[in-house]
Amino acid sequence: MGFHFTDQPIDTAAARSGLKDPGAGGYVSFEGWVRDFNEGRQVTRLEYEAFQALAVKEGERILAEAGQRFPLKAAVCIHRVGSLDLTDLAVWVGVSAVHRGEAFEACRYIIDEVKHRLPIWKKEHYSSGDSGWVNCERCAKGHDAA
Amino acid sequence: MTAGTPVVHALVLAGGSSSRMRRDKALLEYQGKTQLDRTIELAARHTPAVFVSVRASQTAEPGRAHRPLIVDAVAGEGPLVGIRSALAAQPTVAWLVIACDLPFLSDAALDQLLAERDPAVLATAFRSAHDGLPEPLCAVWEPAAAAALAAYAEGGGRCPRKFLIRHAVKLLEPRDRRALDNVNTPEEYAEARNALGAAAAPLRLTVQYFALLREQAGRSEEILATRAATPADLFTELQSRYGFSLGRDQLKVAVNGEFSEWGHRLAAGDSVVFIPPVAGG
Repeated sequence: MGFHFTDQPIDTAAARSGLKDPGAGGYVSFEGWVRDFNEGRQVTRLEYEAFQALAVKEGERILAEAGQRFPLKAAVCIHRVGSLDLTDLAVWVGVSAVHRGEAFEACRYIIDEVKHRLPIWKKEHYSSGDSGWVNCERCAKGHDAA
Repeated sequence: MTAGTPVVHALVLAGGSSSRMRRDKALLEYQGKTQLDRTIELAARHTPAVFVSVRASQTAEPGRAHRPLIVDAVAGEGPLVGIRSALAAQPTVAWLVIACDLPFLSDAALDQLLAERDPAVLATAFRSAHDGLPEPLCAVWEPAAAAALAAYAEGGGRCPRKFLIRHAVKLLEPRDRRALDNVNTPEEYAEARNALGAAAAPLRLTVQYFALLREQAGRSEEILATRAATPADLFTELQSRYGFSLGRDQLKVAVNGEFSEWGHRLAAGDSVVFIPPVAGG
């Protein structure tokens, strides 16, 4: 179990093997990738910034909640900070559970809560040369841009 | 105010030598704020623009360097030079001139002064509650005063009070009689501080900035002294300092690494983070 940040490419193989458990009948992971298009703008790269002291605590709380809601064996979430290019892996969630159903649901629960609750910010750089903080500038009232 | 009445900007006089006080009067503190900052904040509640009047040698001095300045631009020295320099710099503007040694100056006094101002005369000023003479350094000086002041200075005149006595001006009886009590000596300063109340010592807090707020504040962290009692007060203070584009309703706040409430009571040593709309994942 655990939530953490890294400024290096996420080692998904290592993270996956950390979830292995003799009682687990299924494993589900989610990868969030850097996409080239958002809110009608051509995106060339991203920068992630986090208030890590609080985000790690809140991330651990989300994983603990998932463990209470679903019969999990293990759950991990790793989030990148720093500069990322198109197709880079920005966030990785992996869960192992007794049955596949709970693994799918728990993985979905974790990534949804992470996106809504953690103090993490994303600055998009556009092909036009300018940039903007997602949800803070062009769409200041929304929290749901993906 | 009718059409054609000159707009009023504020001129805070901070160029004096403070000889009797033996230290910079503008930087004397009341309730944890310098007199200069208090005066600027007060004036900003009544006029759309506030300038600080300084001598040419003072433009980099503490409390002044980052303010919009009117630098003395005519010969001579003293408050008359500051007033004339402002009238020269913005010839169509009337100036609410305020000295930097009036710790009791109030919103009520400025409301009265601006409401009862007569733009058809050279100046509108209070009559001193003590000696009945005009108070030139809490007064509105109209653009038309520029020529008369130049002629007065040409004739060797240096005293703005004498100028007001000799010219057509409007004099008001101050309703707030204490507003114009000035502070010139260390003894008067001590009395004024007592009268204004020794407010609690300011809190020293750490504030960290992230994302858009970090860029707009131009820093990722600072330690500051504040009288803000809650994160809501602190955000208001910092928003006016840095011009944050996000409103408080768009933010959350964390104190000491945990989500907190806007009305939370801040304590010395607290670490505060304002959290813009998030976008993880």
